[in-house]
Amino acid sequence: MGIFDYFRSKKEPSSASVAKERLQIIVAHERGKRSGPSYLPQMQQEIVAVIRKYVEIDEDQVQIQLDNNDECSVLELNVTLPD
Amino acid sequence: MAKIIVVTSGKGGVGKTTTSAAISTGLAQRGHKTVVIDFDVGLRNLDLIMGCERRVVYDFVNVINGEATLNQALIKDKRNETLYILPASQTRDKDALTTEGVEKVLNELSEEFDYIICDSPAGIEKGAQMALYFADAAIVTTNPEVSSVRDSDRILGILQSKSRRAEQGLAPVEEYLLLTRYNPERVEAGEMLGVKDVEDILAIPLLGVIPESEAVLKASNQGVPVILDNESDAGQAYDDAVSRLLGDQVEHRFLEVQKKKGFLSRFLGGK
Repeated sequence: MGIFDYFRSKKEPSSASVAKERLQIIVAHERGKRSGPSYLPQMQQEIVAVIRKYVEIDEDQVQIQLDNNDECSVLELNVTLPD
Repeated sequence: MAKIIVVTSGKGGVGKTTTSAAISTGLAQRGHKTVVIDFDVGLRNLDLIMGCERRVVYDFVNVINGEATLNQALIKDKRNETLYILPASQTRDKDALTTEGVEKVLNELSEEFDYIICDSPAGIEKGAQMALYFADAAIVTTNPEVSSVRDSDRILGILQSKSRRAEQGLAPVEEYLLLTRYNPERVEAGEMLGVKDVEDILAIPLLGVIPESEAVLKASNQGVPVILDNESDAGQAYDDAVSRLLGDQVEHRFLEVQKKKGFLSRFLGGK
């Protein structure tokens, strides 16, 4: 390998680092999906139960959503209280 | 009470059976009473790798169905007094393994053995789920390659949600990464994921790194677990992995490009 090839090869990321990057993204995505549904339904029920101690609401008046951003996960809780 | 260890991976062809044969042999060599079970119903192969294919009379499914006793089905290893093999059946019935049936067999084996090694089939279907369901520990066999790493991560998810330990809220299954078919030259050239890369992604403790080795094919050709080829790098790497499994601190070997052999080592042979 000549000296010019050496410099050129530095510019292009190695195929192994491409593989690692792709894997990190897909694995994080798939972990997010499988961690979501497993505990969310029960947590939703329990949150509804706590609110019901104080206010009468229907189950569909509570909406819960988990969003995964790059650095943090956001749990969004939306409760519609009756008038 | 035996410790139940599943050798699993999700992806096929990464070395589960080779690993099951090597790890069980290594445990038996150290004097532990060990049984290795082939869970790959329909595609029995552990018997070939262990070199006992001509001694199979009854199998795992026969025992579950009450057509044979465990003692009739267990094959005693030719080389190790303390090692037994329970072969898979060749039936095509996918539902041959039931949770109750597998549990009964494992309970019975548990009374007599120290270690039960479960050689999982590829995939995430029933056979693979049965193999990991009762596990206390899992050896996640992975090649440094994208599809294998991704499938290993899926299997980790299943271990964490669908194993008996997960379902019953017990201490989680111990998870260990075994990186197989590792080629340090290609890692150095940036053509293959390195140990650190795979560790970063899967984030589980490293049990061992088995270098890509001619010795593995040679061993399977001969029906001798590769760990018994103690001249070979793969055999030595498996032996180290067994020590670590038993709690010893052993430094990882064969991670770097091996220097060109000098005259003397070439003369003395070994790979």
